[in-house]
Amino acid sequence: MFFEQIINGLALGSTYSLIALGYTMVYGILELINFAHSEIYMTGAFIGLTMVTVYKVPFPIALLISMAGSCILGVCIEKAAYKPLRKANRIAPLISAIGVSIFLQNLALIIAGPQARAFPKNFKVTTIQVGSLFKISSIQLLILLVSIVLMIGLHFLINKTKIGQAIRATAQDKETAQLMGIKIDRIISLTFAIGSALGGAAGVLVGVYFNSVDPMMGFFPGLKGFVAAVLGGIGNIPGAMVGGLILGLVEVIGAVYMSQYKDAIAFAVLIIILLLKPTGLLGQKVQEKV
Amino acid sequence: MTTATNLLEGQSLSMVFGGLSALDSVDINIKKGEVLSLIGPNGAGKTTLFNLLTGVYSPTRGKIRFKQRELRNMKPYDITKMGIARTFQNIRLFGNMTVLDNVTIGQHCRTKTGIFGAIFKTPSVRTEEKKTREKAMEVLKLVELDDVWDEKAKNLPYGKQRRLEMARALATDPELILLDEPAAGMNPQETNELIGLIDKLNDMGKTVLLIEHDMKLVMDISQRIMVLDYGKKIADGTPEEVRNDEKVIKAYLGDTHKGE
Amino acid sequence: MNAYYLQILTVIGINIILAASLNLISGYTGQLSLGHATFMGIGAYSATLISIHLGLPFIISLIIGGVVAAIFGFIIGVPTLRLKGDYLAIATLGFGEIMKNINLNLKITGGPMGLRGIPQATNIYIVIAAVVLTIFAINRIINSRVGKSFIAIREDELAAEAMGINTTHYKILSFVIGAFFAGIAGGLYAFFFRYIHPSNFGFMKSIEILCMVVLGGMGNTYGAVLGAIIITVLPEFLRTVSPVISQYRMVFYGLLLVIMMIVRPQGILSQDFDFTLFNHGLLGYKKKKGGQIQ
Repeated sequence: MFFEQIINGLALGSTYSLIALGYTMVYGILELINFAHSEIYMTGAFIGLTMVTVYKVPFPIALLISMAGSCILGVCIEKAAYKPLRKANRIAPLISAIGVSIFLQNLALIIAGPQARAFPKNFKVTTIQVGSLFKISSIQLLILLVSIVLMIGLHFLINKTKIGQAIRATAQDKETAQLMGIKIDRIISLTFAIGSALGGAAGVLVGVYFNSVDPMMGFFPGLKGFVAAVLGGIGNIPGAMVGGLILGLVEVIGAVYMSQYKDAIAFAVLIIILLLKPTGLLGQKVQEKV
Repeated sequence: MTTATNLLEGQSLSMVFGGLSALDSVDINIKKGEVLSLIGPNGAGKTTLFNLLTGVYSPTRGKIRFKQRELRNMKPYDITKMGIARTFQNIRLFGNMTVLDNVTIGQHCRTKTGIFGAIFKTPSVRTEEKKTREKAMEVLKLVELDDVWDEKAKNLPYGKQRRLEMARALATDPELILLDEPAAGMNPQETNELIGLIDKLNDMGKTVLLIEHDMKLVMDISQRIMVLDYGKKIADGTPEEVRNDEKVIKAYLGDTHKGE
Repeated sequence: MNAYYLQILTVIGINIILAASLNLISGYTGQLSLGHATFMGIGAYSATLISIHLGLPFIISLIIGGVVAAIFGFIIGVPTLRLKGDYLAIATLGFGEIMKNINLNLKITGGPMGLRGIPQATNIYIVIAAVVLTIFAINRIINSRVGKSFIAIREDELAAEAMGINTTHYKILSFVIGAFFAGIAGGLYAFFFRYIHPSNFGFMKSIEILCMVVLGGMGNTYGAVLGAIIITVLPEFLRTVSPVISQYRMVFYGLLLVIMMIVRPQGILSQDFDFTLFNHGLLGYKKKKGGQIQ
């Protein structure tokens, strides 16, 4: 029983991690809370659903197409709603992001209607018994595997490639990066592209996991993905991964004891962490220069 | 240890930032009514010392006493209220507020109006506000900024911004005023005016501690000079003594002519 | 007056109080809050419950609602206001969601059923009086020693401390005052719509209030008023323009937020804009403040 809860927590948590990565990468570069990210996640789920139900493509292909679609959407949002505001005060892009979020949510409501749709599985769902301790469903296994692969891929990209180096440089100091010949605009778009692709993947995985896709589905996971990012130390990529997993675990285990307060638990954890270590678990303290 | 002539005493002050030592056992005594300059190459720990004296950081080791009272665990605003005011190396004015309001803010710790007083504007609040404005204008006159009182602070030219920072610090009614590179970026004429202003403050009975790179200014107005290098005090004496100090010359000119 | 317009006017009034009070916290003191509706909710629930269970008159309940919200402002403010910028924003958001979750589960708040059958006590005159008093009080505060300390904190927290301002104290004070007025607005809301539900005071409402402040112009009380009017009227206006737009009105609403930010990121009335210009500069009078001293 306990081990099963752990598995449930890790599966849920890894989707939070995927969402958190999008928030944290964008924040690392632009210091912007991209509120539209939860709608990218929702759109990703819908693209995946459409691919599976309408075009009958196999699940892995649907996942990839959904990631590509989310990626394009993310970049378009950046170009249209944030780029013109890059020199504005810090709050204007935030409101712009909220505007995009309201826009996409309601557009989806008009196109798809408010009712939740089931996510048909075009692959076989089985439960795997591991020893006598616990069992894991193939969907959970899928979520964990896809998340791990994506996160390892991201880690490799950020730390071992030239593009990753450029992203890290831009996050540290945009002006200096520009002087070093890095094309800032391209790096920012790229960051949105990667973050959005991960968010879209999370949407599809959660859609399959809970067998439900609807226009409002992004709201809570979006908030919690953001909480996970802050938990781990916003702007910090490993932090987002760890934050998501912790949040998933705490939420699942907490819900065993007080299920009606499931959503409050996530935020309570957030506040406690922020008060104990205001920059998040892996965030670094920045001393203000006087 | 404490003598009545010392307004401020710092004993073996050390400050470590993440393993790096910015200040190492520095003693500093400031006598009432003197003008003391703190000089040294960049990174010597001068501003760090300022930040310790004003409570921005608390020292890793060491004690600070001001008017016979220890400053341990005191917040910057408590210290300001006790009578230490400062300016900042990289000007930190309230940019979107008027020149007058910047100086009014300086009197915050000497005034009392609270939230209900603010809403109901009782006669005593009106009187206090009037007095505050009058005093602010007086201070502005002293630094010759009274003609731009309703200008936004961020719209002032650089030299005037520096003077406004001094006015704001003066408005807190300090006994000791710390000036962090007040002449930075000023032309010779502005620097001369600044020297006059610092003299004026000193005549008013204010004790002045300043960090400065402009040696003409330092030699002109200091009664005493303290030299820091790599977080350590290497000299402390009259301008004449410091000018001829071997270690100081070495710190400023390097070690080229004298092998170890 | 037509009941529909009366309702819109009432909602505008309530939103003005909300926007002006958030503007005090975020616009003047510079502390970004994403949980202002939380205090509105606390005020709404407290006023309603006090009126129902203790039978106190409406106005008294309303004020107690504001006071309870202010107390919560203090309780939430003390730990969170140590945080800066986006961290503060997310902590206030978190408290809002926790409060919503608690209200959804408590018996006394009616849980997911909300509270129904609240007596109709809010009318347009009371709302107008509340708006006028709120704006008056906030303006007085802003122009006082207290308000100048708020602004100094927004401009440069470290310099404010160096000037002798206990920044923690003043940030909490700003938060408490803002929470008080939001609580009053919540009470007005409850006794107007006669039904309250936790989701009326959730994240989306907090965001809506923030949008009013930013759209109108942060750090300008009249901006907050203007923002509240626009954000309240815009969806209603879109509803009436044409059936097509009515159907898509929330889509347009989102789109317009983006466009307005791009066109004028500092808000419609910027910080500098001040109606006193009409009294002094434009009509040729000299400003009094420092001039009279000479």
